[in-house]
Amino acid sequence: MTWLGSARRWWVVFLAPSFALLLLFTVVPIVAAGVLSLFEWDLLTKPEFVALGNFTELAGDRQFRAAVVHTLVFIAGYLPVVMVVGLSLALLLNRRSRLAGVSRVVFFMPVVSAWVAVALMWRWMLNSRFGVINWMLSLVGIDGPQWLFERGWAMVSVIAVSVWKDAGFVMILFLAGLQAIPADCREAAFVDGANPWQTFWKITLPLLTPTVFLVSVILLINSFQVFEQVWILTGGGPLESTTVVVEQIVRNAFSFGRMGYAAAMSWILFAFIFIVTLIQTRLQRRWVHYGG
Amino acid sequence: MKKRILILVGVMALLAAACGGGASTTTTTTTAEEATAPTTTQAPAEPTTTQATTTAAPAEPTTIRYFTFSAAPDNLDVLDEMIAAFEAQNPDVKVEVETAPFGDYFTLLQTQIAGNDAPDAFELNFESFVSFASKGVLADLGPLTTADSDFDGAAYYQRAFDAFAIDGTQYALPESYSTVMLFYNKDLFDQAGIAYPNDNWTWTDERAAAEAINALGDNVWGSFAGVHFWEFYKAAAQSGCSFFTGDQVTVNGAGCVEALDFMIGNVTSGVQPSAADMGGVSDGDMFINGELGMITTGIWMFGAFADAPFEWDVVVEPGNTQGGSHFFANGVGVSAASDKQEAAYRWLRFFTSSDESAKLRIAASWELPTLTDQSLYDAYLAATPPANREAVLKSLENVVVPPVIERQNEMQDLLNGLIERALAGEMTSQEALDQAKAEIEALLN
Repeated sequence: MTWLGSARRWWVVFLAPSFALLLLFTVVPIVAAGVLSLFEWDLLTKPEFVALGNFTELAGDRQFRAAVVHTLVFIAGYLPVVMVVGLSLALLLNRRSRLAGVSRVVFFMPVVSAWVAVALMWRWMLNSRFGVINWMLSLVGIDGPQWLFERGWAMVSVIAVSVWKDAGFVMILFLAGLQAIPADCREAAFVDGANPWQTFWKITLPLLTPTVFLVSVILLINSFQVFEQVWILTGGGPLESTTVVVEQIVRNAFSFGRMGYAAAMSWILFAFIFIVTLIQTRLQRRWVHYGG
Repeated sequence: MKKRILILVGVMALLAAACGGGASTTTTTTTAEEATAPTTTQAPAEPTTTQATTTAAPAEPTTIRYFTFSAAPDNLDVLDEMIAAFEAQNPDVKVEVETAPFGDYFTLLQTQIAGNDAPDAFELNFESFVSFASKGVLADLGPLTTADSDFDGAAYYQRAFDAFAIDGTQYALPESYSTVMLFYNKDLFDQAGIAYPNDNWTWTDERAAAEAINALGDNVWGSFAGVHFWEFYKAAAQSGCSFFTGDQVTVNGAGCVEALDFMIGNVTSGVQPSAADMGGVSDGDMFINGELGMITTGIWMFGAFADAPFEWDVVVEPGNTQGGSHFFANGVGVSAASDKQEAAYRWLRFFTSSDESAKLRIAASWELPTLTDQSLYDAYLAATPPANREAVLKSLENVVVPPVIERQNEMQDLLNGLIERALAGEMTSQEALDQAKAEIEALLN
């Protein structure tokens, strides 16, 4: 047996565990959901084949349409803000000092915390009558809104809490990206007399675009699936102003016992994410600079 | 290095908190095994009794699983006492209890049934009963009751018993019921200088009293009743309107519109606190805090209100053109897939109709048993507060049962959404209910 032959075999062995998990918990459920989307199934009685009936019903579903719109509103509010906040944190903390190290940990802590725990905590802080946020606002003479009970403010609250939770994650990725930028590029700019502002726009940001691309793809895919914070903070309310796609999927599957309908929604969501990511990947050639 | 360790400890603590949260939910599923230890230790004494020797050598007892939401968390010990009494009389059966909070219960039950892991016996509220029974997951109890010489159908309230049958087939036994009353804070009525409510009040009397109490101060409101599906169908019935008339959806009838207008008017006129006024405090807590003159809520709150720092009592709920009180019933059924149906049925019969279990239930004020034996109620009526417990029984003379369809959750959800929009002033009650009619019709076909 040649060395190459056994190495090839090992390649398969090392890949097998993760591939098996991927197959079992990702590929099989995706295919199963696809099949299920053609059926009406309440978990208890025999599934009934309805062909594309679930999809035609979805086309006229007022609540699903609202959920799609709210998901897009969430993304439009969340994505730019969390990118800017995360990048700002990364730029601020991209230095060697005790304070910067501690700060990185502090800003990363929300990322490793469980959504349920922090969402409950925020629900208390955002409580309009007894919450600490409105109390602080009252100290400076502002009568705070009913954060989670008022149309408009509820979505703003959900976005703000999500930014707080994820900014640390974005920061870490940008920190890695910043540290990969060769110092001589910036030094050359400095020697040429560029001020920090010019250096950022002309040197740092262009060289950071691969990270910007990576972060935006990850965040976009995740934010299409926004769920936990909505479920706990607002439950989709008030007045259905924060219902999102995954929340509708969960409601239909487990509260209404409509597995097939929920599976159809999942496939629509999958198609959305797939198309958007495809467009992003196509567009990256125009603005992403890979070094070298 | 030290810093790293500190960071690690911090992160671990957070993760532990997250995991801890997950673990605590699993602890709600308890088995009766630990709790009923005394009975299992008594078991060895059993074979010496004459009864045990005649029933041959008792083999391994049949273990049945019973799934419940109403016992947890406050009445698990009461349930354990009932099981102990049952197992003492039926040494061949062991009951294992599984519980889940009401909010998760039906999802779990549905999943267990779908996964061929259904509990042998389980609890259902009346609203969910039809959905489950119509899907064939409940065993027909007819053959079991017929074969059982100790079964006495007349022991149950006829109406409750019939409620758990579909087209003459009995799919569940009525377990317990509860109703909703008008609770009032006597101190606030005294301060406002107005007469206490009585069992013959109408909405007009209630609103007038609420306005008088509301005038007492900024942090006091006249009354509270939920603005949602359950209050709505009852208020509608009190105005002579029901969701369904024959095959027709009549949820937008004049009485229904009047009912919704009245409920919303309580909030917009300020006699009832809005969600914003309440700021996440529950209605029950506001009542205990002395912030509500009256509250429309269930008799399951008797225990929670017992320590309120003021005098309070209950009356039959005020009606509009006619009276009408809630009737919430829970039933228990046997899984159609169970291979221990007889044992499961025997436990359910004991649980719902035996003297022992009824007495334990009443002593704990764990709702009320659906039994006709009036002597059972003496202890219940003698207890205070409230003094006017007679009103509980009186309210049962004129009950309103929830409108039930197969796609129940969807109906409740869409109505709650529309009621919320009407409350916010985005549509009139008439518009909301016209839309409700159209959407309910879509659910029916």
